[in-house]
Amino acid sequence: MCLALPMKVTAVQGDPDDILSNQVATVDADGVSREVRLDIIDQWPKVGDYLIIHAGFAIHALEEEEAMKNLELLREMAEQGGGWVQ
Amino acid sequence: MKHAEEYRKTDLVRPLVERLLAEITVLNRPVRIMEVCGTHTMAIFQSGLKSLLPKEVELVSGPGCPVCVTAGSHMDYFIEIARTGEIEDGGRRRKVRLAIFGDLFRVPGNTSSLAAASAAGALVSIVYSPMDALKLAIAHPDEIVIFAGVGFETTSPTIAATLLAAERGKIDNFLIAPCQKTMLKPLDALFADPELRLDALLCPGHVCTIIGVNVWQPLAEKFHLASVVAGFEAADLLEALLMIIAQLQKGEAKVENAYPRAVHKDGNPRAQAMVAEVFEPCDTLWRGLGILPGSGLAIREKYRRFDAGRLFPFDPVAGDEKSPKGCRCGEVLRGRISPQDCPLFGRACTPLQPIGPCMVSSEGVCAAHYKYGENNV
Ligand code: SF4
Repeated sequence: MCLALPMKVTAVQGDPDDILSNQVATVDADGVSREVRLDIIDQWPKVGDYLIIHAGFAIHALEEEEAMKNLELLREMAEQGGGWVQ
Repeated sequence: MKHAEEYRKTDLVRPLVERLLAEITVLNRPVRIMEVCGTHTMAIFQSGLKSLLPKEVELVSGPGCPVCVTAGSHMDYFIEIARTGEIEDGGRRRKVRLAIFGDLFRVPGNTSSLAAASAAGALVSIVYSPMDALKLAIAHPDEIVIFAGVGFETTSPTIAATLLAAERGKIDNFLIAPCQKTMLKPLDALFADPELRLDALLCPGHVCTIIGVNVWQPLAEKFHLASVVAGFEAADLLEALLMIIAQLQKGEAKVENAYPRAVHKDGNPRAQAMVAEVFEPCDTLWRGLGILPGSGLAIREKYRRFDAGRLFPFDPVAGDEKSPKGCRCGEVLRGRISPQDCPLFGRACTPLQPIGPCMVSSEGVCAAHYKYGENNV
């Protein structure tokens, strides 16, 4: 049910402060576009962000920058070799 | 999906595996780690990690597959709804349609399954999202559509949001049969089992996206478990395992977050608020674990008109925790045995002809072991 793979936002509709507006994002997954609901998202997304999606709803918006920072940390961890434990 | 791929690249994964081997050598003892989440179980196999991990690292699967822990009596409830045919409500006779997540279709109840009921004429639709069930209701005003609420903390906000959307749209033919569960209570019950002998916990990444990191603190302290929130790519899982080993080397048992790009320490307050608005805790029955107080969710009186219970009375603690005859899902879900220890595994029970829910569900432990080759019986 949970798509572990984040999907990239190509369009955002609706108003974050107006629950009566159509709060929907269009995401792209390997060239297929689909709509996800934004009712429960923690942070209103913008085009280019990635969304973590569960059962048709975005549950978290992830900025590219954030993801890259995480990756950098991992790379450092990988390069550290045996010197990890103090 | 550029950045997800980055987390799988061998030039990142390989050195992490080597690090892990080195750190395990330093630790110099075997470790038992429970991965709570069914999606983790699948990811560990899918990414090939299972075969790369040093033999000292033993991963035990937890009760985190929502379909697997759904009690037979709850499946029977769904089947009863699907078999209704027509019902009178608000002065109108309408057909009843049950909308479910696909994984539930072949799960056995105590007497039948939705697949069998559907073949015999019961009205069942498979949906991908609770919102699709609401759309079905809007498209079929001559029917009452009832959504089978099965899932954990990640699913409940989507159901709450759908109920609130139904309210805003004044939809009068959409109901929810709430059988969702929460995760911390069963783990507390499970960890009291001394035979489990756990050292550490891989906390479920997307459940934590909703509930956050801090809520794991009491469990980590009470059972002295090194607890790390993990993502779902190979590098994410390795990072979490390295953090666990580092804690064990220092004799620590704290909660850490190895998935900060998706999980904030307080989780997603908006989703939490929506769940609290619509649902309240109730006692509920789990397959394999029995009745666990406060581990289920009931619809608040305020939203009673969306509760399937007003047409189909439901007692979440009725029934027993039995699995189908010969099936040992209960023990698998408690981390007591691995699927290979079940005499039916790979013989009478396969994904094509599943006997128990752990083989039916795509997130089930038995299905994962079968699919990824550990089916040599
Ligand atoms: S192999 Fe089949 S019968 Fe055995 S525990 Fe798993 S699901 Fe149940």
